[in-house]
Amino acid sequence: MSTPASTLRSPLPRLDLVSRVDQTGVEERVARFCKRSIKKESKVMALKLALSMIDLTTLEGQDTPGKVRQLCQKAIHLHDSMPGLPHVAAVCVYPIMVGVARKALEDQGLAGEIKVASVATAFPSGMSPLNIKLEETKIAIAEGADEIDMVISRGSFLRGDYGYVFDEIAAVRDACGDAHLKVILETGELGTLDCVKRASVLAMHAGADFIKTSTGKIQPAATMPVTLVMLQAIRDYYYETGRQVGMKPAGGISRAKLGIQYLVMLRETLGQAWMTPEWFRFGASSLANDLIMQLKKQQTGVYQSADYFSRD
Amino acid sequence: MDDTTSKLAFDTDWQYDPAPESTDHVRVDDQYELFIGGEFVAPKEGRYFDSINPANEQVLARIASAGKDDVDRAVKAARKAYETSWSKLKPAERGKYIYRIARVIQERAREFSVIESLDGGKPIRESRDIDIPLAAAHFFYYAGWADKLEYAFPGKQVAALGVAGQIIPWNFPLLMAAWKIAPALACGNTVVLKPAETTPLTALKLAEVIRDAGLPPGVVNIVTGAGDTGAALVDHPDIDKIAFTGSTAVGRLIQNSQAGTSTIYTLELGGKAANIVFDDAAIDQAVEGIVNGIFFNQGHVCCAGSRLLVQESVADEVVQKLKDRMETLIVGDPLDKNTDIGAINSAAQLEKIESYLQLGQDEGGEMYQASGSVPERGYWCRPTLFTGVSQSNRVVQEEIFGPVLAVQTFRTEQEGLDKANNTPYGLSGGVWTDKGAKIFRIAQGLRAGVIWANTFNKFDPASPFGGYKESGVGHEGGLHGLDAYVSLA
Repeated sequence: MSTPASTLRSPLPRLDLVSRVDQTGVEERVARFCKRSIKKESKVMALKLALSMIDLTTLEGQDTPGKVRQLCQKAIHLHDSMPGLPHVAAVCVYPIMVGVARKALEDQGLAGEIKVASVATAFPSGMSPLNIKLEETKIAIAEGADEIDMVISRGSFLRGDYGYVFDEIAAVRDACGDAHLKVILETGELGTLDCVKRASVLAMHAGADFIKTSTGKIQPAATMPVTLVMLQAIRDYYYETGRQVGMKPAGGISRAKLGIQYLVMLRETLGQAWMTPEWFRFGASSLANDLIMQLKKQQTGVYQSADYFSRD
Repeated sequence: MDDTTSKLAFDTDWQYDPAPESTDHVRVDDQYELFIGGEFVAPKEGRYFDSINPANEQVLARIASAGKDDVDRAVKAARKAYETSWSKLKPAERGKYIYRIARVIQERAREFSVIESLDGGKPIRESRDIDIPLAAAHFFYYAGWADKLEYAFPGKQVAALGVAGQIIPWNFPLLMAAWKIAPALACGNTVVLKPAETTPLTALKLAEVIRDAGLPPGVVNIVTGAGDTGAALVDHPDIDKIAFTGSTAVGRLIQNSQAGTSTIYTLELGGKAANIVFDDAAIDQAVEGIVNGIFFNQGHVCCAGSRLLVQESVADEVVQKLKDRMETLIVGDPLDKNTDIGAINSAAQLEKIESYLQLGQDEGGEMYQASGSVPERGYWCRPTLFTGVSQSNRVVQEEIFGPVLAVQTFRTEQEGLDKANNTPYGLSGGVWTDKGAKIFRIAQGLRAGVIWANTFNKFDPASPFGGYKESGVGHEGGLHGLDAYVSLA
C-alpha cells in the first residue's frame, strides 16, 4: 500500500550550486510583509484560515493519555460558543500517544478529517541509528499516524555529509508509505540562511511532502526570515519539478498578529495554491486561543479575559 | 525554470481590505500665499493655480503664482535677512533653529506624510517611512554642522555665500526642500525656494513650521509657481548660488544662463541607472532590489534603477521571479497603507510615460505589465517591464521617470560594465553579487555618482549624492553638501 516514493524523489542536487541568500535582504522583505495592514473582513478571514492550519501540538515528557484526549477535544471543539469556527488541521503527538489520539478522533467521527501527526526518528535530537528511526516511524504509522514529522541529522548536514542526510530522509519516506512526511530542518541549529536553503532543497529532493522549521525544543524556533527562505525554496522546487511541497513553521508563533503576518508572507510568496491546510501548517499550541480571542474581539469589539477560553 | 506549466496564482481568495490612513488630522487651506519675509503675502499680479490630487483629479488648494516682482521681493527679503540677522548670528544659534525645524517635522510627521501623499500621489508607506523621516534627518544632520564648519574644512576660513535660489522637483517634495534648505542654513546662507508646481503643499507647510520655529524673517522664503517663476529666480541678479534638482533639459538652460556670471550652481539632474545582477548573486534578494530600484515612488526617482542588466545564465529565472513579484504589488489609493505603487504625479507625466510604453512596443520591445487592477479616476500606471530591448532602443536610453524597467542581458563582466556606462547619464548604479572583490571592481568601473551593492535606493543624510555627465554638477548630502554652500579661503 505504499506510495511509489521513487516518484517523489530526484537525485541529490549539487547543494553548493544552490543560489545564495542575503540575510539583510531577507530581513528587509520580511519587514515589508509586516507592514501590511490587515483589517475588518480580511482579518476575520485570516484568523479563521490560520485556525484551520494549526497542528495542535503537545510534545512533553509529562504528556498523559488524558492530556492527549483533551487536546483532541480542543482540536474538534475550538470554541463552541462561537459558531462558524473551523477545526484545526491536525494534532501532533509523540509516537506512543498516536493510538490515543487516533481513538479520540475516531470516537467523534473525525479521524482522517483531523489528521494525527506523530514526531519520529528520535525527535528532537535525531541522535539514533537509522534502523531505530525507521522502526519508530513504522510503529507510529501502525498506530494510526497520518503524518510523520521527522528530524534531520543536523550533525551530518553541518559536516557536509549531504548524501547521508538525503538517504536517511529517503529511507524514512519509504517507511512512511501513504503517510505524509514532514521534514524538520531544526533551523535554529543550522546557523545560516544559506544552510536553511540547502537543507530545504535537499529535503524536497529526497521526497519530503512538507518541510518544517523546528522541533520547538531549540531557540530560535520558527522565524519569518527562515520561513521566507524555505517558502522561496519551495517555489523554486515547484518551478523546477512541478511538484508542490508544503510548509510548516513551528515553535514561537503564539500571537494572532504574527500568524497573520506569516499568511501575508505565504500569500505574496507562493500564492493561492498554498493557502490551505493541505499545504501550510502552523506547529503551535497557544496560537489557537489567541486567534479565537481576536475573532471574539472582532465580533464584540472588546477583549475577553483568557479565562473565557479553554486551556488544554 | 523552463517548466512553463508551473504557475503561481497571486489573485488569492484572501484579499487585503482597504486600510486608508485617516485625513481627519490634516488641515489643508483653500488657498496658499507666498512666504516672503516671514509672512504669507498675496502675489502682486494676483495669479493663482490649482494643486491637484493625482489620485482623484480633485483640486486640493489654490496656490499663489509668483511673478518677477514677487521673486524680486523674496530675494530682497533674503538679502536683508542675510545682512542684518542670519550672518550675524553665532553658528551655534543657527544650529538651534535648524534643530527646532527638525523636531517640529518629527512631531508633525503624520500630517506631513498624509499631505505629501495627497498632493504628490506617493504611497503613504513611503511618505511615512522614508520621505518625512529622512527630511527630518537632513535637518538634524546639518544642524549639527552649523557650529563645526571649520572642522569640516580644516585649515580654511569658511564663509557663507549669501542668498541661495533653490528649485526643487515634484518627486520628493519635502525631502528635496530639506536637502536644499538644511545645508544652506547651516552654512549661514539665506534661501529663496521654489517648490514644484504640482506639489507645493508640504513646502508651504514647512513655511508654517519655519515661521513657528521663530526663524528671523526672510531667512527662508518660499515662492510657488511654474517654470517662469523658476526662471525669474535663476535670472535674478542678486542670487549668489543656484541649486536645482530636476530634468536635464532645464538643468542645461540654467547652465547656459549662468555662463559668464559669478553665480555658483549645483545641478541634480536625470538618470538612467543600471542595476547589474550577476549569476552568483542572491537572486531572490536581487529581485527585491530590482523592484525597490524601479518601482519605488512610481519610478519618479532620478536615481531609479531603470535599466536591469542581468547575466544571461540567470536571466530567465530573474525575469520570471520579477514577474511573480510584480503580481503582488498593489497599485492604488496612495493613502492606503497597503499600497505599493501610488498615483503618477500628474496628467502630463502620465502622458509622457504612456508615450514611452507605446514607443517601446513600436521599437520591437516586448512589454509585460502586472495584471492587477487600477482605480478608474486619477493617473495610474501598472508596473511595467520591457524585454527584448538593446542599447539602441530609446526606452533603454532615455529617462522615462515612471515604473518602467528595461531588461537586457550580458555575458561577461566587461560587457555588463560597457552597457552600464554607455549612457549620457551617470547618477547611480547597482551591483548584485556574492563576491566582495567583484563589488569593488564594478564600483570602480561604473561611471556613476552613487553605487549600491546588494541593495538599492538607500539614502542617508551623511552620504553624498551627485552625478557624472548629464546627471549633474556638484554634490548634495554629507560633508560634500556643505561644500556647495560655502566659500573657502
